[in-house]
Amino acid sequence: MPATALRKPWRSLRRQREAAGFGLWVFLGSEVMFFACALTGYAVYRTLWNADFLAAARETNVVYGTLNTAILLTSSLTMAVAAEGARAGLRRLTLACLAATIAFGLAFLVVKGFEYREDIERHLLPGPGFALPAPAAQIFFAFYWLLTGVHALHMTIGLGVTATLLWQAWRRSRPLRSPAFEVAGLYWHFVDIVWIFLYPLLYLAGRA
Amino acid sequence: MSGLGEAAPTGAAAIWRGRLAVWAALLALLGATLALAYVPLGRFGLVVALGIAAAKALLVVLLFMHLRKPDPLLRLTAFASLVFVAFLLTLTFADVLTRAAPTQPGTVLPRSGPDLPATGQRAF
Amino acid sequence: MSEALVQRDIPDAPAPGESYLTAGTGLASWLLTTDHKRIALLYMAAITFFFFLGGAGAVAMRIELFTPQADLLSDDAYNRAFTFHGVLMVWFFLLPSIPNILGNFLLPLMIGAQDLAFPRLNLLSWYIFITAGGLAIYTLLAGGVDTGWTFYTPLSTAFANGHVLAAAAAVFIAGFSTIATAVNFIATVHLLRAPGMTWFRLPLFVWAIYATSIVMVLATPVLAMVLLLIFAERAFGIPIFDPLRGGDPILFQHLFWFYSHPAVYIMVLPSFGVISELIACYARRRVFGYSFMVYAILWIALVGFLVWGHHMFVSGQSMLANLAFSFLSFVVAVPSAIKVFNWTATLYRGQIIFDAPMIYALGFVGLFTIGGLTGLFLASIPVDVHVTDTYFVVAHFHYIMVGGAVSALYGGLAFWWPKITGRLYPEGWARFAAVMMFFGFSFTFFPMFVMGFLGMPRRYHVYVPEFQVWHVLASSGAVVLAAAYLLPMGYFAWSLVWGKRATANPWEATGLEWQTASPPPAENFATPPVVTQAPYDYHPEHSGPPAIERAAQRPQGHQP
Ligand SMILES: [Cu+2]
Repeated sequence: MPATALRKPWRSLRRQREAAGFGLWVFLGSEVMFFACALTGYAVYRTLWNADFLAAARETNVVYGTLNTAILLTSSLTMAVAAEGARAGLRRLTLACLAATIAFGLAFLVVKGFEYREDIERHLLPGPGFALPAPAAQIFFAFYWLLTGVHALHMTIGLGVTATLLWQAWRRSRPLRSPAFEVAGLYWHFVDIVWIFLYPLLYLAGRA
Repeated sequence: MSGLGEAAPTGAAAIWRGRLAVWAALLALLGATLALAYVPLGRFGLVVALGIAAAKALLVVLLFMHLRKPDPLLRLTAFASLVFVAFLLTLTFADVLTRAAPTQPGTVLPRSGPDLPATGQRAF
Repeated sequence: MSEALVQRDIPDAPAPGESYLTAGTGLASWLLTTDHKRIALLYMAAITFFFFLGGAGAVAMRIELFTPQADLLSDDAYNRAFTFHGVLMVWFFLLPSIPNILGNFLLPLMIGAQDLAFPRLNLLSWYIFITAGGLAIYTLLAGGVDTGWTFYTPLSTAFANGHVLAAAAAVFIAGFSTIATAVNFIATVHLLRAPGMTWFRLPLFVWAIYATSIVMVLATPVLAMVLLLIFAERAFGIPIFDPLRGGDPILFQHLFWFYSHPAVYIMVLPSFGVISELIACYARRRVFGYSFMVYAILWIALVGFLVWGHHMFVSGQSMLANLAFSFLSFVVAVPSAIKVFNWTATLYRGQIIFDAPMIYALGFVGLFTIGGLTGLFLASIPVDVHVTDTYFVVAHFHYIMVGGAVSALYGGLAFWWPKITGRLYPEGWARFAAVMMFFGFSFTFFPMFVMGFLGMPRRYHVYVPEFQVWHVLASSGAVVLAAAYLLPMGYFAWSLVWGKRATANPWEATGLEWQTASPPPAENFATPPVVTQAPYDYHPEHSGPPAIERAAQRPQGHQP
């Protein structure tokens, strides 16, 4: 297996690995603030228009939402195993789990697509002809579309990164010891965590 | 990042074993939050839902993202942003919850429809 | 003194072909470089361009304001001019200027590293910045924006006729560049410090850049999201802030200022770092209260996130929130005051040399103090209600950002110019420009305090004739100020060809960046440096009272 090349500013491989993980953690701190901003908006409007928000949240499709949560949690499992396998140098395990992660990620997006189609058919897109009479219901769905959309965008980026790594690991152009596998895993898990919070806020509110 | 503090599993079976347990716990929590969402808990429903979400997130962070490792720098980095989220929420709500009636949203009667006086050209 | 004898002699200039400037030639060697020093120069070129573009907006406004009537600009054109001035100056000049030019160049040198932690990310960040800048210029060419740099809704989402979407997209994209740079700086400071460079041996400039990076990482994404919300509402008609559909425009202001107040510290914290370096060097004194300076920087970075509501005292925000934000705004002034006192105390019994960088630094301290104190006026609710949206506010933030941050940028550029280029600038001209900048600035902006307090509202292109004398003063001052900005461009360019060659350490400063050739070789240090002591060991305590000539100084470390 070719050794990871020591890149320019670093004096030791260990430090270089450490930097990749640390840099990504700092970036995730940034991502937390990104979603926190929208979630603050959500929280404020949910406080101001509680009844409307709960009524609107009942209109989301809890089956698709729950299914997608399960898919995403499972993809996190395979991603964690892939990162660990890469570290242990288990090539077949890593390749298989990366492929499984991509499959689960795509499945998530496909389910999301079905869900979006249904939402559009039911006129849940804010604007003229919106299905629900309560005025703040449109605000709920504004956040619904925005948050799930931004999350799906993050998923797409994660899929791109994972697919690239899979390709590189397959072609053996990136050694398994590269920190990239672990770093990609961190990002993937973060996107999972975002969804873990979106799920109760968007799908489970107002069900009781 | 890696190889610090804890012995990494090296066999495929060992890798699967540890992580499958976490995954099972996550799915159990998913089931719990789904079921509890249909139980009328009043305003505690939100607390329970967010509590379970936090537990799930913590599982992922600690066990999938390896924050269990004794690396104070990473822990600080991971949780520092939560302090600032708290700042944002606290001070925003300090305003929203105590605002005088005339500037509360809703004092202008909301309406929807095509008759809104939005005149800006939506040029890019 | 014995340590000074052990250290290797550093060559003043690198061997031919070793300097980072000549390590590769041709356009591709610059546009594809991952050398932090070259990327700093790429930033310098781009940021200088945006500075003059944004300055053109200011020139248009100041010409218009010579007379009370509308002569040059229509009301709409005036709106677009000040918006363009604000957007460019904030996001394409002030925010990136010191971190991306001086920070990029100096951070690895000051901590004894070969480069930033992620060199390719650094280059990528420049390209993102250029893309954003291109979009900003497109906005200008397409007709501009008329919302003000703050993009307040519902004006920006429902009523503005300008190209809000393009402008918001430009700022959004610029945010990625900021975050990438900040992540890079944070990782570099944590993981690439030379042996012996402990946290409390870091130069204050490094501390300042580090704290700035933290603020960038945590604040910028909030701006990104809030711009996304504005974008969605305007482009797709989705109700988020529209009061007619249940939305809350004040919420937008909360989210916007949660970013934009810390952004003030992104602009001014790096200047604090530059000024600390300059004052220590030209007073030949150890910085007074180094650890307090560090804690003050960190305190500002933290508490700076808690004060945003002072921009919203008249917005309809609740009285309770007003009081809380007012109190917290007074609290955040304390560390800034500590810094001013410590700079002053550093000067005390110093052997002050009035070279150009020092003149800029002293000007900074004076102007920043005025800007900071008037900030306290604005933090107190009754005064703020009186002067909200007047020229008083305009004068206040220009004192911080232009009097402060721009003075520091020019001072820092002069100070490190020999290190960057290997050439000395003409000292006489530089002193003249520094003095001229101070007076030009004061004539431009001090009258604004007066007319603002008298009631001249901001963002109007016509005004009652009573204010004309103040506006004429301001506009004439602006001419001097513009000359003071342009002059350094001239003599810096001159120095590239005819300037005297600089030695490795022309100012006899102590920082590690001076312990290598001028300009530095591509890998920064011939051998990895070792740090042996705290920074700013000018005129060590035991060597008696200051001498007439430059007193002995000991560098922080050396190359073994
Ligand atoms: Cu402020």
